[in-house]
Amino acid sequence: MRQRHEFHVDSTRYLDNHGKPLGDLPPLAEDSDRVLAAYRNMVLTRTFDAKAIALQRTGKCGTYPSVLGHEVIGTAIGQSMAKTDVFVPYYRDQAAHMLRGVSLKEMLLYWGGDERGSANWPECPQDLPISVPIATQCCHAVGVASAFRIRGEDRAVVCCVGDGGTSKGDFLESINLAGAWHLPVVFVAINNQWAISTPRSLQTGAETIAQKAISAGLPGHVVDGNDYFATSEALDNALERARGGKGGTLIEAVTYRLGDHTTADDATRYRTAEDLKRAWEKDGIKRLQNWLHDNGHWSADKEKALQAEARALVDKAVEEYLATEAEPPTAMLDSLFETLPVALQGQRERIANKYRGGES
Amino acid sequence: MSKAEMRDVTLVEAVNMALAWEMEHDENVVVLGEDIATNGGVFRATVGLKERFGFKRVMDTPLAENLIAGTAIGMATQGLRPVAEFQFMGFIYAGMEQIVSHAARMRNRTRGRLHCPIVYRAPFGGGIHAPEHHSESTEALFAHIPGLRVVIPSSPQRAYGLLLAAIRNNDPVIFLEPKRIYRAVTQTVADNGEALPLDSCFTLREGDDVTLISWGASILETLQAADQLAEQGITAEVIDVATVSPLDRETLLCSVAKTGRAVIVHEACRNGGVGAEIAASIAEGAFLDLQAPVVRVTGYDTVMPYYRNEQAYLPGVADIVEAVEQVIAL
Repeated sequence: MRQRHEFHVDSTRYLDNHGKPLGDLPPLAEDSDRVLAAYRNMVLTRTFDAKAIALQRTGKCGTYPSVLGHEVIGTAIGQSMAKTDVFVPYYRDQAAHMLRGVSLKEMLLYWGGDERGSANWPECPQDLPISVPIATQCCHAVGVASAFRIRGEDRAVVCCVGDGGTSKGDFLESINLAGAWHLPVVFVAINNQWAISTPRSLQTGAETIAQKAISAGLPGHVVDGNDYFATSEALDNALERARGGKGGTLIEAVTYRLGDHTTADDATRYRTAEDLKRAWEKDGIKRLQNWLHDNGHWSADKEKALQAEARALVDKAVEEYLATEAEPPTAMLDSLFETLPVALQGQRERIANKYRGGES
Repeated sequence: MSKAEMRDVTLVEAVNMALAWEMEHDENVVVLGEDIATNGGVFRATVGLKERFGFKRVMDTPLAENLIAGTAIGMATQGLRPVAEFQFMGFIYAGMEQIVSHAARMRNRTRGRLHCPIVYRAPFGGGIHAPEHHSESTEALFAHIPGLRVVIPSSPQRAYGLLLAAIRNNDPVIFLEPKRIYRAVTQTVADNGEALPLDSCFTLREGDDVTLISWGASILETLQAADQLAEQGITAEVIDVATVSPLDRETLLCSVAKTGRAVIVHEACRNGGVGAEIAASIAEGAFLDLQAPVVRVTGYDTVMPYYRNEQAYLPGVADIVEAVEQVIAL
């Protein structure tokens, strides 16, 4: 028997849990403006997240999925993407949305039960909205990438999916198409170890999620998703590859979901306190903060000022969100079709009459 | 519009003509599906398109229906107008989540920021001696979903005009092609790019005694039944619903107001079928005009039998005539 092919999956980490370099850092570490902007976005994301959970707990927001533990990955995605690229998110990508220009108020509107949260995204008008059905967005991502290929455009797609989502046909069919059609798409499998209560070990017998790329003819890389440098470098490279016509990539970004699945979940039912404690030791925000301190880019005063700025921005968004009146009930029909079919006009009239005075 | 070319074509050739016309005139129109490019589709609906428009716009996909449904959504959000073929309606279910949860909702979810001008084509219906899963008529599944249009042509002319309208529509359309009559009749079709209206019934024949309401391949038997009834002195108005969702209730109710009787004919099974929605609409909107109960002539509430018994399942001319005689007798 001869060996037909040899495959490999690499794994990258630059900083230890305390933010100390394990070796040489990639060139992007020299770009202090970029690193500082990343840190700012991570802090803002975490501040927003805590507030959104508090709003839900006090009945001012609907069920909300915490982004705790995903801040580094989302920030790296948002920074690596060009404005002309298209982002195809799942539902825990707050950090990336913020860098794509989606306002905090819109994110609150979405989770606060208002469709307008996905309506006005002027900085990224072609980004797809949050996809709730697991992994279904992967098929949209390859469709977007196909459109770029058909038109010969120099653009790429980034698509996020959770570790649970990689068990679905949508993901596997999509990476397969990306390989077969040589599409400019980067899949980021955010492996946070949990699909609600089901651990990563029950999703697949494969040692890594990244190796699923091999079956599709794509390169697959594992990165420490709490390591800003490793995650950003992988995204920069994959996007450059995609835009250069060299095809798609699967990046498995390994992290840990530090919060509950959503505010409707109680992770203490299935997760030990020791596990959680160990995961917090790898926290990517603290790690980057330490690195910034060690390299003379940060100080206690700067941290204090940033925390205050983040709180103020979040508070302002909350104020705007709470001051936003609900759409009139007739809105439930007004965006269903381009033009309301005659068959539905009677139903719209009924709604309008029932809630007379509520129409703007 | 260029000078119209008159062609005698079958229904499946009319589908091909409409696709070619629109691809010629709108570079955003692309087609994708299984075996549609080099092979031209298993029914040859897309034959010649790859040669004219190239692989970039005529795409053979991997064998994954869910992927086809979802990829079309991604394309559509970026301004393309994909026409995605499912090889048979019996294989569309793998794509249901994409169609129901995304294609039908994208405009609403984004308040119009993104939309899905997609046509999902599928040959449907029985009567061609096909294997299991190749004879489905499950249009009611889609008619129930808000945000979708369900359009079913029943002649070459309507296939051409309605498919053009479906492709030009800025919302998703499920376009079901009655494969039993893919090649049953030939009609002269003007290849002039003129679309027919969606959301509208077509009154194929006027009459005073009863309204026969049908769509798809069953239109054939319905028209034959109308011929037989005419010999008995019963004049039937025959309506091709064509867009089974959203329904053109006005045309249906006006006709029933005139005739006082309605018989609904469809190949799909009865329970929860589109016929039930039409019957309910007539009860709500024309009850006082009715001289007899609305009667449905449909497939049975069972799995489509394998082909040795498929004719026993399909509503026939005699079934329709019998139903009309029943409502006339009242």
